[in-house]
Amino acid sequence: MRISYPTSVKIIKVPCTGRVDIIHILKAFEGGADGIYLVGCLEGDCHYLTGNIRAKKRVKYLKTLLDESGIGGQRVSMYNVSSAEGLRFAEIAKEFTERIKSLGPNPFKLNKIKSTRDSGRGGI
Amino acid sequence: MIIADRKPFDEIMSMLAPYRDILVLGCNECVTVCAVGGAKEVAILASQIRLRRTKDRISSEVHEKTIERQCDIEYLEELKDTIGGYDAVLSLACGCGVQFLGERYTDVLVLPGVNTTFMGVTERHGLWTERCQGCGNCVLHRTMGICPVTRCAKSIFNGPCGGSSEGRCEIDKDTPCAWHLIIERYKKKGMMDMYMEIVSPKDWSTARDGGPRKRQREDMEI
Repeated sequence: MRISYPTSVKIIKVPCTGRVDIIHILKAFEGGADGIYLVGCLEGDCHYLTGNIRAKKRVKYLKTLLDESGIGGQRVSMYNVSSAEGLRFAEIAKEFTERIKSLGPNPFKLNKIKSTRDSGRGGI
Repeated sequence: MIIADRKPFDEIMSMLAPYRDILVLGCNECVTVCAVGGAKEVAILASQIRLRRTKDRISSEVHEKTIERQCDIEYLEELKDTIGGYDAVLSLACGCGVQFLGERYTDVLVLPGVNTTFMGVTERHGLWTERCQGCGNCVLHRTMGICPVTRCAKSIFNGPCGGSSEGRCEIDKDTPCAWHLIIERYKKKGMMDMYMEIVSPKDWSTARDGGPRKRQREDMEI
């Protein structure tokens, strides 16, 4: 199909979105990610029955944790796309990238770089 | 087991505000099972604190550790060489663990990261409900295995009260009336005679009303 999507999107493969834990996403933000979205199978089509439903619940809870942390819950999302929907996958990549661009960089990353530069110590 | 809830994040952050080097300390027992203070929750909370403090440009070191039990002296010993190096320890154990840690290491500032709520069961994944208040004088043999102290909002012994309606308690339509449940079981077992006996007022001196409690087994002491 040769459909392109933004190069800023890095794909991490997992067997099922149900494998993704809250700590994986928090660590990604600590690692400097500006936004993270999960792309799972369509609801009702999970090979492991309920993996994508569980991921959806986790993302909802994670949004509250990110709001508390000052990162902002809007930097994380969950989408459901079937493997036959390449076009939709690319649309989501563009849509999410636009949203994150409008939010600006991850504030943790920005301040971490500044504090490391200013104090000369790793800190946090 | 003991059930707890994580304290509101803002409350935790304001408790930690004066301190730079922090240890978030988990407990592998009850609070792990009720998903509030085990290694996983330690990692999540420590990450949240790091994210927030960096965003707010507060210099900080946040460390993570989880030990087997914070309510047992032998497991607290493994912290003896390291715990002095932190400005504060945020314990995700129940109130017993927080206090016992502080008793063992009197020079260390131990702060509670959770609100200890009740003794209960895991009804299903993600739902914990209260079953016991530790009143010190169990009556379950007389109430068909359903505790009127805990599960009746009024803790009455000759129920139900007038607030019971269609098997539900007046405090909340989702709360079953404990006495309705007890009577249903009496009926099922053909033991309504037992229900008809009037129970005299309970002696609460074995409960919290009698002050802090202790249990001792001299034969076990070393």
